[in-house]
Amino acid sequence: MTAPIIRIDNITKSFGRLTVLDGLSMNVMPGEKLALIGPSGSGKTTILRILMTLEHINGGQIEVDGGQLFHMEKAGALVPADERHLHTMREKIGMVFQHFNLFPHKCVLDNVTLAPMLTKGVPRADAEKNAMVLLDMVGLADKAKSMPSQLSGGQKQRVAIARALALSPKIMLFDEVTSALDPELVEEVLNVMRKLAEETDMTMLLVTHEMGFAHDFADRVLFFDRGKIVEEGKPDDIFSHPKQERTQAFLRKIIAAGHRV
Amino acid sequence: MIMIDWSGYIGLILQGALVTLQLTVMGCALAVVAAFAAGLGRVSRFMAIRMLATTYIEFFRGTSIFVQLFWAYFVLPFAGITLSPMQAGVLALGLNVGAYGAEVVRGAIKAIGREQREACVALNLTRRQAMRHVILPQALPLMLPTFGNNAIELLKGTAVVSLISLNDMTFQAQVVRAQTGSTLIPFVTILVLYFAMAWVISRGMRWLEHRVTRGLDGVRA
Ligand SMILES: Nc1ncnc2c1ncn2[C@@H]1O[C@H](COP(=O)(O)OP(=O)(O)OP(=O)(O)O)[C@@H](O)[C@H]1O
Ligand SMILES: [Mg+2]
Repeated sequence: MTAPIIRIDNITKSFGRLTVLDGLSMNVMPGEKLALIGPSGSGKTTILRILMTLEHINGGQIEVDGGQLFHMEKAGALVPADERHLHTMREKIGMVFQHFNLFPHKCVLDNVTLAPMLTKGVPRADAEKNAMVLLDMVGLADKAKSMPSQLSGGQKQRVAIARALALSPKIMLFDEVTSALDPELVEEVLNVMRKLAEETDMTMLLVTHEMGFAHDFADRVLFFDRGKIVEEGKPDDIFSHPKQERTQAFLRKIIAAGHRV
Repeated sequence: MIMIDWSGYIGLILQGALVTLQLTVMGCALAVVAAFAAGLGRVSRFMAIRMLATTYIEFFRGTSIFVQLFWAYFVLPFAGITLSPMQAGVLALGLNVGAYGAEVVRGAIKAIGREQREACVALNLTRRQAMRHVILPQALPLMLPTFGNNAIELLKGTAVVSLISLNDMTFQAQVVRAQTGSTLIPFVTILVLYFAMAWVISRGMRWLEHRVTRGLDGVRA
């Protein structure tokens, strides 16, 4: 039996007085494709941001790929992680943001090559060769020299995916990567993600309101409400036979809002 | 009526213009260094550095350039540091304007939003790498217009050095006035020269701005 690549153990997270996650535990297996769904404010983004170390936790532990995320061992005791430890842990994880967050002062190619060159010391020629492979995979090889401002939203998001992939993380986090896009641009991004899911054994965590895509993409779906996992299971079970009243209500609402399931 | 040979006197004023120019260029160079050091210090994650930077900025913004110049020239010798009038002038002007520039640097850095910083974290850049390759290149175009104003302020501030007997343009104009009894001609001359220098600065900054923002459309909201 293989060990989970992510072990979230009884974590709590508060923003001031607002407790967003209260004793959350969950595991993710290597290569698993996980969809996190749930109403607005249920803490989905917060979980991804914590895994990317963009937020710290107030309690509990997280283990990623055999190492503690926010702690490190020092003289046999667990102490808070220092910058250097966080850097080694971040190597394992990549994230794609809702608003792309491309570097506007760098061309597409430089957006993709910057991090490998700086963080891994990859020579420019190699970094560019690899970047072209990735840009080709997301269908944007011909835009390598364009500036981000010259791209459509869908193209920007595909560049952002290539940029994250350039560091070859074991785990990729996608936070509503299509929700800032015009409807006609959603599909081109989802296609890239389908391809990724099929062709790589990367572990992928996806927060989405695209239920149809979550259904096709995920091995397992987690339904969150108020920072807790209300229900989890195979996509067919969650979407066709949700057991919990709250899951049913959520899905009804989504369908009523015109989303495809 | 005695005819005055103006060419010699204009020559004096031009010599003063050279001194003013030197002060401005060297003062600006020091100001830029001080502005970046203190501006970056203000956003450091180390409290001691933040406090040091804040103290410098508050001190130099809270006291007048006049007092700072007198300290540099008349008080520092008591601490064993004797400066030439030119050195004292550059030091006082550079540190004074640098304190204002530091707030410009800090503001521009803060204006580059959270999203860019978070992208850097997600790409595992160190803070230093993020600053150098992502934040500063975007912040620089935001600083330039105000830097231009600061440089012109510094130019105008150079006149105070005549108080420590440095023969800058204003000082020379007063000499000419005393020797010729004419007020109009020397002061019209320096008016034109100050204006010309300020014009060159503002043109130069606009050119720089144009250069660094090339291809950057969409960055400045
Ligand atoms: N930086 C912050 N400061 C204060 N409160 C925050 C912060 N970030 C998130 N929250 C709050 O935490 C709760 C969970 O937010 P989160 O973004 O994780 O929800 P979500 O499930 O991703 O929702 P959505 O579907 O709207 O994106 C919300 O109530 C939100 O207002
Ligand atoms: Mg969210």
